[in-house]
Amino acid sequence: MTAPATDPQVLNRIYELAARIRLCDERVIKMLTGGEMAIIYYPVTGQEVLAAASGAVLRADDYVVTTYRGMHDQVAKGMPFGPLFAEYMGRVSGACKGKGGPMHITYPELGIMVTSGIVGGGLPIANGLGWAAQLLGQDRVTVVNFGDGAANIGAFHEALNLAALWDLPVVFLCQNNRYAEHTSYARSQRNEQVAPRAEGYGMAGVTVDGNDAAAIYSVLAEAVAKARRGEGPTLVEAMTYRFNGHYFGDPQEYMPTEEKKAAKAADPVKALRRKLIDEGHANEEDLAALEARIRAELDEAVAAAKAAPMPDLAELYTDVYAEELAS
Amino acid sequence: MTTRPMTFVQASAAALEEALAIDPTVVMFGEDMADDTGGGVFGVSAGLSTKYGDRVRSTPISEQAIMGAAVGAAVAGLRPVVEIMLMNFMGIAMDQFVNHASKLRFMSGGQTPVPLTVRTATGAGFQQAAQHSDMLEAWFGHVAGCKVVTASNPADAKGLLLSCIFDDDPCIFIENTLLYFGPGAVPGEAPPPGHRVPLGKANVVREGSDVTVVSYGRQVIDAITVVDRLAEEGLSVELIDLRTIMPFDERTVLESVAKTKRAVVVHEAVKRCGVGAEVSSRIHEELFGELAKPVLRVGARTSPVPYSAVLEQAYLPQAPQIEAAIRAVTA
Repeated sequence: MTAPATDPQVLNRIYELAARIRLCDERVIKMLTGGEMAIIYYPVTGQEVLAAASGAVLRADDYVVTTYRGMHDQVAKGMPFGPLFAEYMGRVSGACKGKGGPMHITYPELGIMVTSGIVGGGLPIANGLGWAAQLLGQDRVTVVNFGDGAANIGAFHEALNLAALWDLPVVFLCQNNRYAEHTSYARSQRNEQVAPRAEGYGMAGVTVDGNDAAAIYSVLAEAVAKARRGEGPTLVEAMTYRFNGHYFGDPQEYMPTEEKKAAKAADPVKALRRKLIDEGHANEEDLAALEARIRAELDEAVAAAKAAPMPDLAELYTDVYAEELAS
Repeated sequence: MTTRPMTFVQASAAALEEALAIDPTVVMFGEDMADDTGGGVFGVSAGLSTKYGDRVRSTPISEQAIMGAAVGAAVAGLRPVVEIMLMNFMGIAMDQFVNHASKLRFMSGGQTPVPLTVRTATGAGFQQAAQHSDMLEAWFGHVAGCKVVTASNPADAKGLLLSCIFDDDPCIFIENTLLYFGPGAVPGEAPPPGHRVPLGKANVVREGSDVTVVSYGRQVIDAITVVDRLAEEGLSVELIDLRTIMPFDERTVLESVAKTKRAVVVHEAVKRCGVGAEVSSRIHEELFGELAKPVLRVGARTSPVPYSAVLEQAYLPQAPQIEAAIRAVTA
């Protein structure tokens, strides 16, 4: 049974996950800025709380599918920093032995099954994970994360239709950060929201403030519980904002300055932290200690990744097929 | 031993039934596949949903959703066998098959294998024109991580399809419409239960010493006719049926050509950038100094598959062209 959103333990758990994501994101950006690491990074800054809420709702054996902008979803599902940073740095100790990189983080033991670099590519796959669970009589749920841009590819339509038709235990979590790469939501579709499209498939659809921890948690808890009971999928549209553009270093000239300022002033991670303290659910010292522990964990992960060896060139010929290829 | 005849349709149906019977993780879905929707447009899955219930399902016309669901189900531990009714419709499922099914094993460092099989029908000669008849195996030959397989006789069809289903990589099994449903759909010998044909292993259909002909699918049947006729003239042709088109059995091909010093590659697909180009290149790369003549290719004209029967027959590679190529390399 999922605890209610009013439970202080729930909010504290969401903050812990959100802080892990925020501090991880800050570390990646610091390393990129300082020349410690050179990778293409799709920052999750600003979208932490909705992912953290999802992590607080899901069980370890539930499945998650996400996208190249997916670090928040992975960390929320429990992804340890060690194999994450090692993968970012192309090391053999990485989550994918250095073969997939940041866009394809996979960690099946915690249900992180597929991370796709193709916008909308994960939606049809989530149905297969859900169908397998349904057929095998398991009550695990699949959450598939995607952006508002993915709502405009054909796979969105095909996947939602099939999920509704087969009552699949899938939650379609649209993280509406208002930009599809460099094109604003308003220039991509006529309707003001994505969630009402669910009705066209005979599926429940909800729009919620993804930056409000209690609100997004309540909606996800209900959608996940419904899927777990075998009552089918839900399209959840979590409204949020992307603080750092499409990729790190994006000049973001297409994003109005006032809009960005307002979003940053309402920073969801800071807002949740303040709320916990103001409402007496946590104190400054405890949160500072938590953040210090996370930073130490990050230090350790980065140091281990740096020290880890690169993959052997023979790795080019393994994992292509089940049997090794002749070199 | 007495054998009963088996058609290609019966061969595929028998493989599906056997797979469902022996492994509860085998599941099947695609357009019209369940019995209440006709048991498959070509009837290959007839009876299976009645017997195996929810493990055999009809889907909406949604090739991306079908292929994606197969990828997810495979990652979750099932062995999905999906029917993409016609090979041209793979164009719609391409992102899921190429970017996901074929690459997830590698991208995840081996953590998420995708043991799915796609059955898809195609082939010219039925006047189905440009969007229902293409042989597109070369598209997939260029993608590392998947396998492409086809059969030239019913026993191979059953044995190869079973091997695809139980292979741990994504496989495309091409069912040639003419062999399955056309005048060329002559029955062959039924294999014994449990018969499997290994993937990646070519079949030497005729042994010979003067020239090697490499082919697969329906053109093997044309080639047999030509090769047997030439044998009466005293020309000894070694005929190889690749069975697994990609990755193909280089060893069998190269050993044969090392012996004969001459080779012709024959396929139905358009000759330009076809599988024949790869086979021919590998022979030249490995055996250039030993070849008596450059390798020749026989394939379809560089044209979309035309409708009119006259044009369609002129588009397709035919027995006289196979014979002419063999004579040219042995002249």
